[in-house]
Amino acid sequence: MSEKYSVEFRNLVKVFGDSTILNNLNFGIHRGKITTILGFSGAGKTTLMKHILGLVMPTSGEVIVLDQVINHLGELELREFRRNFGMVFQYAALFDFLTSFENVAFPLREFTKMSEEEISEKVMGLLESVGISPQAAKRLPSELSGGMRKRVGLARGLALDPHIMLYDEPTSGLDPITTHTVYDLMRDTHRRNEHRGFTSIIISHDIHATLKYSDYIVFMEKGQVVEHLDVETFKKSENPVIRRFLEL
Amino acid sequence: MNIKQVAESRVVDLGDSVLRQLKGLGDFTNFTLKTIFWTFKPPFRLKLLFEQMYFMGNKSVFIIFLTSIFTGAVFAFQIYLGFKAINADSFIGPIVTIALAKELAPVLSGLVVAGRCGAAMAAQIGSMKVTEQIDALEVMGINSYQYLAVPRILGAMLSMPLLSGIFLLIGYWGSWLIGVKVIQIDEMMYTQKIGEFMNLGMVAEGIIKATVFGYLIGIIGTYQGFNVTGGAEGVGKGTNMAVVWGMITVLVVDFFLTSFLAKIL
Repeated sequence: MSEKYSVEFRNLVKVFGDSTILNNLNFGIHRGKITTILGFSGAGKTTLMKHILGLVMPTSGEVIVLDQVINHLGELELREFRRNFGMVFQYAALFDFLTSFENVAFPLREFTKMSEEEISEKVMGLLESVGISPQAAKRLPSELSGGMRKRVGLARGLALDPHIMLYDEPTSGLDPITTHTVYDLMRDTHRRNEHRGFTSIIISHDIHATLKYSDYIVFMEKGQVVEHLDVETFKKSENPVIRRFLEL
Repeated sequence: MNIKQVAESRVVDLGDSVLRQLKGLGDFTNFTLKTIFWTFKPPFRLKLLFEQMYFMGNKSVFIIFLTSIFTGAVFAFQIYLGFKAINADSFIGPIVTIALAKELAPVLSGLVVAGRCGAAMAAQIGSMKVTEQIDALEVMGINSYQYLAVPRILGAMLSMPLLSGIFLLIGYWGSWLIGVKVIQIDEMMYTQKIGEFMNLGMVAEGIIKATVFGYLIGIIGTYQGFNVTGGAEGVGKGTNMAVVWGMITVLVVDFFLTSFLAKIL
């Protein structure tokens, strides 16, 4: 496995109709680090994330994840491969017909041969690690606050011990305090799993949280990477687009 | 705008409309093929199938009961009003029962299920789509067609013949109440005549129709759910389309199926 990168893009181009959404991207996402993909709306961040997951295929170029060229995988192989990922969605995307406990247990019941007792132990441990009480574990997503839903989403994403965790605008719609609580939790989760090369990729346009919590920042604009720097170098960037973003 | 420009614009609009329709047809065919493929691919989700059968079958029994008893009763009464003039009121039993077995039970059960379950399928799947729950399934490596569409389609296919059978029995009972208890036709004659005119082919025709309608209601309801775009408005639109197209399809397909089955049964 590549020691340096978990994800690499080689000459990645994505065209939808007449629009070029991703324009010849060549970069890698560092293994074991927190990388935030930053940019204005319409920069191509979400499309890039869908390429990592193999939900969208490139028009040309390659997406290499954990040393596998995923755009060469067949559908069934790709589904298997996706178990390397955990994902926290913008609005958590918890299954509304399942309780918090059942949401976290869902991937374990689907993909492992664990007994119900083992599942229960693991789920309660995961929920506890994200600060969800046993009482809240019995509630449906509609009975939880936005922040609690994100936490349950994080616990669900971690259930299968993924190698790569993706966060799509993880703090959208949250108040500033809950935003930082969720980011603290993401960082703590990352640090706990860092020893096994756990990579966190965050899609965001929250510049302040990004500067505080990320190791690397990829700044995108109009389907291209403007800068890909470690956070300290990023802060000093003289690029006018980034300066404009930093001054927001 | 001169005449030439108006004509050009009309041709472009027509072309766009044809292309949209063809794309819709292509999408629907693609969806149908995917659901067929995933039906035969393990894991087979029997628990989800039984849950859907319980929702579509068991939970529809009351409304089927009400629809069928009054359909049987009204149909028997109307036949009586027409046939008493030619002294043929003893034929109420076979006419109502044959009509129920071949047409009324599968078609009316189909309309009830399209309204109740087709709408529910589109609304459930549609709301999962707009809240990214379907994406969450896909990211986990679970095929959303297999998890959401297949159990609903199979559930509708298996529930519909059962509901149609219940419709037939209760509808018969409704007609019996009117024919024997109200109009006072001799009970022996009423049931004997049914035995003379009914055959297993007629029952088979109803069962085949109900199964086909169940499949169509399932595929239309789930397709509309998967194709919801936007938010709550999109879910409402998808639900509405599922009911309208489900009902129209049942009625149109019934015509062609009747012609086809008449030749082979």
